[in-house]
Order: sequence, then structure tokens, then C-alpha cells
Amino acid sequence: MQFSTLSKTFALSLLLAGIVGCSSDPKKDTSDAGSDIRSDATATGGIDGQDTDDAMSGMPEMMTVYFDFDRSEIKPIARDTIEMHAKYMSMNSSARVILEGHCDERGTVEYNLALGERRANSVKRVLIASGVSPDQIETVSFGEERPSMPGHDESAWSKNRRVEFKYQN
Amino acid sequence: MRLMPKLVCCVLNLALTMLWIPAARAELVIEITQGRASAIPIAIVPFQWHPKSQEIEDVAAIIRANLKRSGHFNTLLPTEMLSFPKTEKDIYFRDWRLLKQDYLVLGDVNYESETGEYVAHFELYDVYQKKKIMSYKAQGDKRELRGVAHHISDRIYERLTGIPGAFSTKIAYVSTTKERKRFRLEVADADGYNAKTILESNDSVISPSWSPDGKQLAYVSFENDRSQIFIHNLATGKRQMIAGFKGINSAPRFSPNGRYLAATLSKDGNAEIYVLDLGTGSWRRMTRHYGIDTEASWSPDSKKILFTSSRSGKPQIYQVELATGDVERLTFEGNYNARAQMTHDGKYLILVHQAERGGDFYIASLDLRRGSTQILTSDTALDESPCISPNGSMILYAANYRGRTILAAVSVDGQVRHLLPAKFGEVREPSWGPILH
Repeated sequence: MQFSTLSKTFALSLLLAGIVGCSSDPKKDTSDAGSDIRSDATATGGIDGQDTDDAMSGMPEMMTVYFDFDRSEIKPIARDTIEMHAKYMSMNSSARVILEGHCDERGTVEYNLALGERRANSVKRVLIASGVSPDQIETVSFGEERPSMPGHDESAWSKNRRVEFKYQN
Repeated sequence: MRLMPKLVCCVLNLALTMLWIPAARAELVIEITQGRASAIPIAIVPFQWHPKSQEIEDVAAIIRANLKRSGHFNTLLPTEMLSFPKTEKDIYFRDWRLLKQDYLVLGDVNYESETGEYVAHFELYDVYQKKKIMSYKAQGDKRELRGVAHHISDRIYERLTGIPGAFSTKIAYVSTTKERKRFRLEVADADGYNAKTILESNDSVISPSWSPDGKQLAYVSFENDRSQIFIHNLATGKRQMIAGFKGINSAPRFSPNGRYLAATLSKDGNAEIYVLDLGTGSWRRMTRHYGIDTEASWSPDSKKILFTSSRSGKPQIYQVELATGDVERLTFEGNYNARAQMTHDGKYLILVHQAERGGDFYIASLDLRRGSTQILTSDTALDESPCISPNGSMILYAANYRGRTILAAVSVDGQVRHLLPAKFGEVREPSWGPILH
């Protein structure tokens, strides 16, 4: 049972990878990851023809959404990513996610800790509005303590102002 | 001589604060980048040691470095002196006037073999009046000699500026590697010497805050993958988690009267200011707004709490009255004002200031009466975490300087500046301890 759900997930994520890959820029990492599980995936879910809704229950690939400086509002570009997570979580009621809020290094340390939480909560609200149960979601803020990109310029800062989806097994 | 009993207490204090020493750690280096034009010229003659073989610390050099760093003094180097008088009768005041010195300090250190103590004695002279204006004695064992020199510096500083010296105080800060993989909460002397590690962690430690008696440090640690507030007893090394609620637990600050600890909690849904009564252990919520409220800081009388709030859309400084809960906005100028602290006289706020969106972050002072903001820093970038020295004269803060995170200091009037990089790695989150009597 456990196995089949898991393989289904993989299959659907593969399918999704295909969709995303066609419509936007292909990500090297994802296609590599996809190829590792290709045989399993096609064996279980792929053949009996999933429709699009089911396909959307695969785990989304974009695990991060980004924010403007000192803002916690969801940018339109991030909304699709969150919606995909919402669909996935709604269809996989056992899925649990920790939303990690982060900031760039500008501004003060403690304000940023609160801002990171606010960003995580913004994402949480969209998930709940899209039908995800609040019980599936936890939030945590690391403020400016755990940058994903080193550096002291906008190219690093823009990558550090983020919320990461961390699924728990 | 008269001052001896009081002094013994100070020396005792000094001894007590040194009990929690584990191992010596990477220290800070001080580079003075800007002084005061109106600095007072003072000559501190090398101290005489008895016996000479016991000379183990250059006490005069420590005093010189302290006074110079304060920006209130220009100190004469021994190589520039015409003579090294040992006692009053050796002084030729004309020589010191020729060297344009206003004040002169002579001193000696006597080693007492029975007790193993060093007794330092010094005299302060007014060169123009040609008279002795202060005489003083301080003592301590080998480990306390730097402390004795700091204590003498405090006396001279206070006598000549009217401001209590803060050279005998401690600072806390967090040192880390460039990659931010290892964190050490450290406590050192105000001049960066004698650094001791209080806590070592693989996760961030932020927001150290001293209790007013200097015995405890509150801080936030991410060791459990989330922010939690701890209070750490420096003498015993024991610590206690005092806030590990759901959400963030952040920005602890002891009240100056020692009765409360203000902090930011989001346990009720959103970052708000709460006050913990340290006597009863009960939390009281002080703010109520859907915006961010954080970075509490007490007024000197412990009656008001300054805080940063995003309730207007951008971070600005507000204050809430402890008794009534009344909230008032204090800053209006600039795009981003945060982490304010009130000066001891209640006239200024020291804060992190960004004038306009996209601009740099500097330490600034806000004149509360006039409403005008003065930017105090310029040679550092990404300035944050300012804290005012316990005598109210300097501000210690963290900043980026040539790609490194370092500590830096600026006087409250912006005239004096120095940089305090760590010898190795990076250093941030400073907090200046109290003056202990």
C-alpha cells in the first residue's frame, strides 16, 4: 500500500515534470532525478492513463517561492507553485509539510525573524484557502540565519527571501 | 587610601566574574578609524615595577589604549616623552607643557610576594595647574592585572570627562565561520581581550542580552531547529529555556530594574511583544496588531518599551507604556527604522536606519525633541544590532566591512569610530554588559 502510493507519486511527478518542461525552461536537476525512477513509474501509474487532475497530485518540483524585500505578500508568479502544492496535499492527506520562512541579510536580525514567519504564514494561508487541512502544515522561521546563497548583493538576496516547502517523509 | 575599601569590592567583583572561564578564544582586534578633534592630550608614563622582574603587563599601555579608544583623549607615546618621572618630585611640568599635554599620569606596581597580589598605584596631575588632582590604588592577582588597568582607566576617564568609565565592562557577541557552520557565544572584556566561550553550537545563536547585574545572559538559540529563548547563568554555566512556544521566540531584553524580560512571541498567531515577570513567571501581552511587533527595548526607567512595528506598512519605532498599554509612534522619517534603544538621558533613540527604499542601512540617532535623524556611520555596510555602552557614550554594532561581518563602534555623536574584527572568522550580535559597582 505504502509502496503503490509512493510509486504513484513518482509517476505523477514525472508526468508533471514533462508538463513543466514543455511550458517553461527545462531544469537539468529535475530531468536527471526523473530518469532514475522511470521504470518504476511507468509500471504502476503511467499506463492506465491518468487524467490531468490526478496528474496534479504528484509532488510539485518547485520547492521554493520567493518574495520582494520586506514583503510577505505572495507574488503572482509564486501562486502557481503554491497551488500545485495545495493540489498535491489535498490529494495526499497524509502529506505533512514544514514551511520554512527566510529573509535576506538586510535590515535587522530580529525583525527578519518575524518577517520570515510572516512569509511562511502567507504561504500557509494560500494552501488552506485552496483546501489543504491546517493539520498538514507547520511553519518555522529562520529569519536571515540560513541563507541559501552566500553573497552581499541582489543576486544572492533575491534567492534568500523565500519560503521552502519541506515535506516530512 | 580613602578609596581602598570600595576598591576591594571592585577587585572582588573582578575575581568573581572570572570564575566561569573555560578556554581562551579568538579575540577581537581594535582599529581606530576616527577620533575627536577636541580630544584631551594626556601622557601616561610607563609604570614602575617593584621588583622589576615581576613586570608582566604593560599597565600604562592598556590605559593609553582605553583612553585613546574612547575618543576623548589623545595619548602621548613613551617614545615622544622627554622623561619618565617616578614620583612627584621628578616632574618638570614645563617639559609636559612643551609637549602640549594637559594631564600627566604616573604610577607603579608593587608585587607582594606573601599574597601573590599586585598593587597598582597611580597619580593624576594637571599640567597647567601643576598639581596632583587624583591618587588611587587598585590591586589584583596576575590574572586580574588587565582588570586593574581597566579600573584605573575608568577612574581617570570619569575624573576628566565627568562620565563613568566603561572599560571594566564585558561584551557578549557571537563568532562564526564565513560559511556560518559553527557558532560561539562569547564574552570578552570591553577591549576584546579575554574572550571566553559561553555556548558552542552548529546552529545560529542571536540576540544576547545582559541581565542588569551582569550575572545572566538571555539569548535565542536555533539548536532545536526553531527559535527558543534561554537564560544562561554565567557563574554556573547552567541554562534554562524560558520560551519555547509555538511560533517564534525572539528578542529577549531584561528590564533595567531586573524585574522583567521583554520578548517577541508569536504563540497567539502573530509576532507580538510580551513581558515576562521574572518574579512570578507569568507572561503579559503588551501589543495587539496584525503587523510585526518585535525588538523590544526598555526605557532607562523600565516604564516603557520601545519596539519595531510594521503596522504602518514599513518598520518604524513605537513605544508602549507598561502601566497603561498606550502605544505611540516615534519615528516618521526614513523607509526603515528598527531595533531602537533609548540613550540614558532619554533624549535620543539609536536605531538602524534606511533613508529610502533600496538604500543602505546605517546606525542613526533620532533627536526625540527636534525629530531630526542623524546618520552616524558611513564606512560600514548592512549595519545592524546596535547597543549603547553602559556609560552612554559609544554604540557597538555589527556590520559588513570589505565582505566580512565584523563588530564596529561609533560614538553617540558620530565623531569617534572604530572597527573590531575578529582575528579569525566573523563576528556579530554584540551586547554590552552593565557597569558593576
